[in-house]
Amino acid sequence: MSLPNGHAEVIIKAGAGDQKYWQDLWRYRELLFILAWREFAVRYKQTAIGVAWAALRPLLTMAVLTLVFSVLAGLPSDGDTPYPLMVFAGMLPWYFFSSALTSASDSLIANASLVSKVYFPRLLVPAATIAVAAVDFGVALGVMLLLMFAFHVLPPIQILAVLPLALLTALLALGPGLALCALNVTYRDFRFVVPFIAQFGMYLCPIGFSSSIVPEQFKLLFELNPMVGIIEGFRWALLGIGAFPARSLAISLLSAVLLIYVGLRFFRHTERTFADVI
Amino acid sequence: MLPIISIRDLGKKYRIRHQSDTPYRTLKEDLAQLPRRIFRGKTDEIVEEYWALKEVSLEIEQGDRVGIIGRNGAGKSTLLKLLSQITEPSKGSIILRGRVASLLEVGTGFHPELTGRENVFLNGAILGMSRGEVKRKFDEIVAFAAIERFLDTPVKRYSSGMYVRLAFAVAAHLESEVLVIDEVLSVGDAEFQKKCLGKVEGVSRQEGRTILFVSHNMNAIQTLCNRAVRLEGGSVARDTTDIRLATHDYLGFGAARFATWRNPAPSSSKLPVVPLGLHLHTNDDQVAPAIVTNDEPLWVVVDIELKALDPALTFGYALHTEDGQLLYCSYQTDCREVDWPRLSKGTLRLKTPLPRRLLNEGNYRLEFMSRFHGRQWLTPPGSGPTMCFSVQGGLCDSPLWQERRPGILAPVLPWYLATVESP
Repeated sequence: MSLPNGHAEVIIKAGAGDQKYWQDLWRYRELLFILAWREFAVRYKQTAIGVAWAALRPLLTMAVLTLVFSVLAGLPSDGDTPYPLMVFAGMLPWYFFSSALTSASDSLIANASLVSKVYFPRLLVPAATIAVAAVDFGVALGVMLLLMFAFHVLPPIQILAVLPLALLTALLALGPGLALCALNVTYRDFRFVVPFIAQFGMYLCPIGFSSSIVPEQFKLLFELNPMVGIIEGFRWALLGIGAFPARSLAISLLSAVLLIYVGLRFFRHTERTFADVI
Repeated sequence: MLPIISIRDLGKKYRIRHQSDTPYRTLKEDLAQLPRRIFRGKTDEIVEEYWALKEVSLEIEQGDRVGIIGRNGAGKSTLLKLLSQITEPSKGSIILRGRVASLLEVGTGFHPELTGRENVFLNGAILGMSRGEVKRKFDEIVAFAAIERFLDTPVKRYSSGMYVRLAFAVAAHLESEVLVIDEVLSVGDAEFQKKCLGKVEGVSRQEGRTILFVSHNMNAIQTLCNRAVRLEGGSVARDTTDIRLATHDYLGFGAARFATWRNPAPSSSKLPVVPLGLHLHTNDDQVAPAIVTNDEPLWVVVDIELKALDPALTFGYALHTEDGQLLYCSYQTDCREVDWPRLSKGTLRLKTPLPRRLLNEGNYRLEFMSRFHGRQWLTPPGSGPTMCFSVQGGLCDSPLWQERRPGILAPVLPWYLATVESP
């Protein structure tokens, strides 16, 4: 119902409808950017090396992984692609995913004062942290392009596929991110679990090595990890390694949709108690 | 016209956890409880339900300036949180027929590293303003806060006064039909408080904005509001346009025959010093009636149970007028250390004279307070037990001064003829 003053009537009661929530989410969309911008502005005001950090972290990890897997363990690269490039292309989506996941899961606790003092759709808080992770990803992608230039590697035409792949990574992080940040509010000791997940996941993904060294009979099992498809996709798009990983990417897409559904339902379900328990 | 806010049978239930040490649930605990939950179908955790608000029904018309008063825990803040949609009601409903802007805390979302300018945009967005709206009002906001020179300084370098001014300025410029304000004006200096109240009153009178205002400051309620709702134990105890009446019974006048307070459940307190009673005694150690004259010698008597001795333990009382203005505080440690009363564990009674012929005619509220000096409050101001009394008559022996004089105090002071040496 519309009122003379131009506002719709708002009814607040236990278990109010979903429809209003999505309308509010749209109405508060500007806040998403403001929150992301705040995170960003604060981070780069507080640390001396600022943006450089987003580039430095993957570079150093790349150096270590190349040393361990290629130089020490003697694992082969894919075709004639330089080993460091292959590692870096795998790390790009992984860092995006893991930093989006960890910061999203911490986000509500970190913004407890907001949650208990003002109303807005809480979904914006974890969503904003994913936007910040996306900016870091952009910086790292720039480093990747510089590296390719340095190694005299020409990007193939399918490099444009990086954008939809990055979007898929963000979506894949969103579902578990929502569930984890809701769990973090309810269970205060849960925050110690998340860094472990991020650490452990790194070893399950083909980051320091090429997925071509995985034996054929384990391939499907290996691809059940939704990040495998994305990492293979990135290597295909940036360096032209292998064929388009259709099967594993389909698994990633399916997992992303499923996880968002579950994460969103869980988040929405616990959201009404956030202000009471935070 | 329909009321701008209709509240029907509103209730909010909280669960209080007794078993654990932390207020938060932990996964460890829940996992440990899991086998018991499966096999016995219950846990040994005692969850107590507590209705912070129950059966509240109110209709608020456009342009109403409603003061919401009540003791700590009466449900004021819960009501505001429900109105601001921060938390959901457990029962009942609220119908809002206009945009609600709420100011439950000064500077929500302010980040110390960001500059004043950046924080205005940030805070505006958090409070629900669009970028355009903030831009349009930016100059006005900055002028109101009077911080032009420090716009590009990080707010961590602001004085607390500047911080509050800026934060309030943003909220006060929100375009909304309803403005919900919690006790936020208590920070900031008196002059700024006046300015804020003036601004709030202005927007209400000129633009017909509806205001819901929570405060412990009865003066502010009396100046600003044209309607008062007193909450008690989560329900509406009084809803009236007679502000004086509401503030009066909030302060606890009228009912009592004797100036006394006794702790109904002393054993439930975990404090190292438990207030047992608070009385006003006459010179012959009888409890004074609730109405006393200004000239009789009276004693403030404090009964406490002391469970642990601590050299920093300080307790005493604060005396307030009926408007909620603090007159003075007095503590047992207000003299040289050798003269402090020597305390021992157990039940103690201490007494201190109430100054004669200092107060004016009127109603007073005496509140017990205690703390570890320099460390922490045990019974912080505003939360302690209180005792009320009125002063009537006995103002002075002069035939010329018979009734209440203007002014907060009415001391009787001696006058002497001083000899002046002629030049």
